[in-house]
Amino acid sequence: MTPSSLGGRLLAEPIREFGRAGIFLVTAFARMRFGRLQLGEILRQVYFVGARSLVIIVICGFFVGLVLTLQTHDTLTRFGAGDAVSTVLALSLFRELAPVLTAILFAGRAGTSITAEIGLMKATEQLDALDLMAIDPMERIVQPRLLAGVLAVPALVMVFNVTALLGGVFFSVYLMGSDPIVFWSKMQASVELGKDFMGGLLKSAVFGFLVSWLAVYFGWSAKPTSEGVALATTQTVITSAIAVLLMDFVLTAFML
Amino acid sequence: MPDTLAASDSSAAAIRLDNVTLARGDRAVLTGFSLAIPAGKVTAVMGPSGCGKTTVLKLITGQLRPDKGQVWVGDIEVNRLRGADLNALRRDIGVLLQNGALFTDLTCFDNVALPLREHTKLPEPLIRRLVLLKLQTVGLRGAAALYPRELSGGMNRRVAMARAMALDPAVMLYDEPFAGLDPISLGASVRLIREINGALGITSVVITHDVAEVQKFADHCCIIAEGRVVASGTPDQLLDSDQEVVRQFMRGLPDGPVPFHFPARPLADELLAERA
Repeated sequence: MTPSSLGGRLLAEPIREFGRAGIFLVTAFARMRFGRLQLGEILRQVYFVGARSLVIIVICGFFVGLVLTLQTHDTLTRFGAGDAVSTVLALSLFRELAPVLTAILFAGRAGTSITAEIGLMKATEQLDALDLMAIDPMERIVQPRLLAGVLAVPALVMVFNVTALLGGVFFSVYLMGSDPIVFWSKMQASVELGKDFMGGLLKSAVFGFLVSWLAVYFGWSAKPTSEGVALATTQTVITSAIAVLLMDFVLTAFML
Repeated sequence: MPDTLAASDSSAAAIRLDNVTLARGDRAVLTGFSLAIPAGKVTAVMGPSGCGKTTVLKLITGQLRPDKGQVWVGDIEVNRLRGADLNALRRDIGVLLQNGALFTDLTCFDNVALPLREHTKLPEPLIRRLVLLKLQTVGLRGAAALYPRELSGGMNRRVAMARAMALDPAVMLYDEPFAGLDPISLGASVRLIREINGALGITSVVITHDVAEVQKFADHCCIIAEGRVVASGTPDQLLDSDQEVVRQFMRGLPDGPVPFHFPARPLADELLAERA
């Protein structure tokens, strides 16, 4: 086998899968009737995916802030730039770490449960039952979950930001004895609300959309067996992580 | 063969499959298949596993489309319907799927209310009454606030029955409604199917292979084998049939026209080949 044909074979299936996921998404949107968007169901899903991810986001956010400050404090003090800790912390958090890590944690926590839920609905004929009751499963199941991701992830990113800053403050101000006024004023001076903070939120909305799209798609296309659902949840996590990092690069390149 | 409803005599047929051919992948499931379901009666569709019973049900509901032939429900040709028209038809057909397929995140009440809320503009107090009446019919009004996971499999199926008839359909389809039920639940289901059919004056189709039960509820009975209807008539007529396939099926004989063994080369050849 020539290297090119091997490469072709390895690439063909992911490209096909991407095509299928794209068609799925277009179908989901084509069937969207804005007059009939089920606000109640969307909010219920935001609550499910958001509230379920809250604990892990708070814990991870706090420790990320803590360790980031620990690393930068040590290095920056060595060069006499200890004051810049809060700048580094805030910029790296708002621009990159919070959106990316939240999205990946969201994929692991909420994405997998969306995939498993839809996969099991398929296995237990619940999707068929909707179809037979003349209720469009795309409208009832897929659309609310897609939109919920777009709303929930930015909200979670804000929570992540807050807890990570608290972690940073805890380490820098309370453990290392930095001046809190310097800490906050340096941060305030260097962070731009639009570019840094809102830019991060915009990214996170895209990531939220990406992750819930993949989660819903893999659940929808899962084989209706236990192995099928298990495989689908794994695919959701792996593909989401890759897609988020890739999209992060693309978005950052455009935003800078 | 005592067949009162051949495909040509369709005046009293509520559901009719005419000369339907359907293949899945390379395998032909139905070839030139014709079936007529009489209106206002309970018809049992029977046959060995894998003979295409569920396929017939999916053709009637428009989940599958025939490669050739037509499917009629009343005077509507199902295989031509798309989108909104198909949905309009489906509102008039209640389907009980094999395991009930209740929504696990909704209570029994909300499960039964779902089609009403989705397809009617009835005020909530009226929906409440309708749902409670439906649940009363299946004997589970007391379980309205419970989730499906809190009920037994048999009860789940009864709730699903209430949901299937929520919109008072003209046709009820039951896919293996007795599989895995204990004798009490089974008795209850058999009685319900009869009662619903009588009370609503509808047409019922029950897909089953429970020969013993069929006599208790079915007015009419079809046996499918090898992709076609091999016999139809009243359950008693079928029991007395001298056709070999029908006899094998009705009496549960392990071997016969439907073979016990999966096709294979002779055993002796296989064993000897191993030694060589």
